[in-house]
Amino acid sequence: MPALTYLWIIPLLPLLGAAANGLFGTRWSKGAVTGVALTATTLSFLAALEVVREFVALPADQIPWIKTYFTWVSAGAFHADFALQVDQLTIIMLLVVTGVGWLIHIYSSGYMHDDPGYRRFFSYLNLFMFFMLLLVLAANYLLMFVGWEGVGLCSYLLIGFYYLKKSATDAGSKAFWVNRVGDFGFILGVLLILRTFGSLDFATVLPRAAAMPLEHIGQAGVLTVIALLLFVGATGKSAQLPLYVWLPDAMEGPTPVSALIHAATMVTAGVYMVVRSHAIFLNAPAAMEVVGIVGCVTAFFAATIGLVQTDIKKVLAYSTVSQLGYMFLALGVGAFSAGIFHLMTHAFFKGLLFLSAGSVIHAMGGEQDMRKMGGLRKKIPVTFWTMFMATLAIAGAPGFSGFFSKDEILLAAQRSSTPLWALGVLIAGLTSFYMFRLLFLTFFGAQQYDEHHVHVHESPKSMLVPLVVLAILSVCGGWMAAPALWGGVNHFEHFLAPVFATAVEPVAAAPESSRGVTEILQALLGAPVIAGLLGFLLAWWLYIRSPETPKKIAASLSAVYKLLLGKYFVDELYAAVIVRPLVWISDKVLWHLVDDGAIDGVVNGVASVSRESGDRLRYAESGNTRSYATWIVMGVVVFTSLLLWMVS
Amino acid sequence: MVPTSYFLVLSAVLFGLGVIAFIFKRNIITIFMSIELMLNAVNLAFITFSRALGQLQGQVFVFFVIVVAAAEAAVGLAIIILIHRNRGTLNVERVDTLKD
Repeated sequence: MPALTYLWIIPLLPLLGAAANGLFGTRWSKGAVTGVALTATTLSFLAALEVVREFVALPADQIPWIKTYFTWVSAGAFHADFALQVDQLTIIMLLVVTGVGWLIHIYSSGYMHDDPGYRRFFSYLNLFMFFMLLLVLAANYLLMFVGWEGVGLCSYLLIGFYYLKKSATDAGSKAFWVNRVGDFGFILGVLLILRTFGSLDFATVLPRAAAMPLEHIGQAGVLTVIALLLFVGATGKSAQLPLYVWLPDAMEGPTPVSALIHAATMVTAGVYMVVRSHAIFLNAPAAMEVVGIVGCVTAFFAATIGLVQTDIKKVLAYSTVSQLGYMFLALGVGAFSAGIFHLMTHAFFKGLLFLSAGSVIHAMGGEQDMRKMGGLRKKIPVTFWTMFMATLAIAGAPGFSGFFSKDEILLAAQRSSTPLWALGVLIAGLTSFYMFRLLFLTFFGAQQYDEHHVHVHESPKSMLVPLVVLAILSVCGGWMAAPALWGGVNHFEHFLAPVFATAVEPVAAAPESSRGVTEILQALLGAPVIAGLLGFLLAWWLYIRSPETPKKIAASLSAVYKLLLGKYFVDELYAAVIVRPLVWISDKVLWHLVDDGAIDGVVNGVASVSRESGDRLRYAESGNTRSYATWIVMGVVVFTSLLLWMVS
Repeated sequence: MVPTSYFLVLSAVLFGLGVIAFIFKRNIITIFMSIELMLNAVNLAFITFSRALGQLQGQVFVFFVIVVAAAEAAVGLAIIILIHRNRGTLNVERVDTLKD
């Protein structure tokens, strides 16, 4: 089993690629840089596939497959290894990260072709792959934290990629700082795990957490506290309320980055971490409740903001926040595999949406405002069709991947709480509306740009091939779950089930009797689908049928419209409540009072006191060096004689 | 084999020469060199005892002395250069402004 034995090769390859391009790439040609970066990710993807092949053949008692390479930290009772772990959950994440990452690398080689920072871009991108793979492969919380911080770093570097642009560097800093808040919660949670269980290994902590008694709501036990602290970390990385503010700004980075990091992989790290820690969460129902409510509210909140955005990437950014909210809703109601399922399908269709948006922006020569596009359908047909597929998938059209995952989440929500389910259905309608609004504004209607200034052109093959591959995945990515419709087995859930076997009651076997045609139709035309259809019709009516109506609605509901356009003024609120007081304290108190006054005052005071006293004391000395020398020699002679005399 | 006492006598003579030069010379650089001479005389004594007693500590100590001497030379020469630049002389008799 070569690949399972040498698991480290998967993260190491991108790291080598990043190092080679980062350290020596300045002298290489563009082709060599591309070659190195693409070879690293391709080989990593192939290695991941080999891991899957070997993993399938593993006997069940060897799962999770844990491979310890060396002792990393050993201090007193604390012990942490450099150990990697593979189980069904890791397999899914591994395939999503390497697969989607690989496609986006190919896309980037076309998209970034004329960028002066080409080499730097690929170096960062490879480094990101390394940290993300470390995050999903880690067998303990400490190693996971390394990956966790590393992807945060790469995200920061890539958001601020155009470092000459003030808004880009600001957005990078914002992402970094907001994530610090979340990471602080995460590290506190990890420390509390260490204190409670005396270990950070998943294989030790999770069974013990599962064996602990259930903590009822209102009873703030240690598991609840751990779960909530971990969730704070997840809200930071996965952009949930109240820490989602960095993600929309992260769109300052190049579009492939938005696709890879801020849609498909890194932002799902929080979801992955919560699922990984499911044993802790399951015994803390209060924390589960919080996760579900925060996820649902975030999903609604972001979806409403997405309704009125005009920047094509901003719409997708809020859509991402909203879809991540869906995933947390799933986790909150205990449907872990549904959450991971949506994570996977979302990686396909949202990655595709961003890449198509990148292709549109590429075609428009850098224009991102949807109001200045229009009628692009005939000009860039491949981009249009792939984006259309992705839109159908995210809107939950029956048969497409998003339909299966979203339906499963809402089904689980329905079993657990009606308000959450109702809100989820409403969000499904909103999602469909804003996505079709994007599609109609961009590709349909009259063209809003000046033909003489913008030369609209279809993107090169290197960009179109990943689009087509992702489009196919967006369509079929959910079919593993399809048999559940007619009463069969949900293959995805079945595959993931062993991961949760230690903590969850074994899922009751699906009823064997096959369902009738009417029931299948009912499932296909459930509330979410109807909501999606309504959203589509509304978008069609407002943006195709009578394009004048949106302006009228905006005027008549101007208060609501302004509130949404201003993104609920959360950024302004944070600026007023947190940022400005902090800046004021730093400036007036910490800088001028503490640093200038107290610290500099003490240092300068010590200096002037010694100078003054030296000035007074120097009159006690003769200043003649040779007499000093004589005195020293005499002193040595006297002292040595004394010693000799005492010894003898 | 050369007897141990020969080395010790040589060491003592070198040390004594260093002390005398240290006291009677006026040029700062010469004084500086006499300090180095004393240090190396001590080194020789260390080595001698190390060999006579068959122990390594003395030799290890010599390395420390060499390192300290190197550091001291760096700082000392810098000071001397500054004195020369500011005063235009290297005579210690003329460098006695502490009283003024």
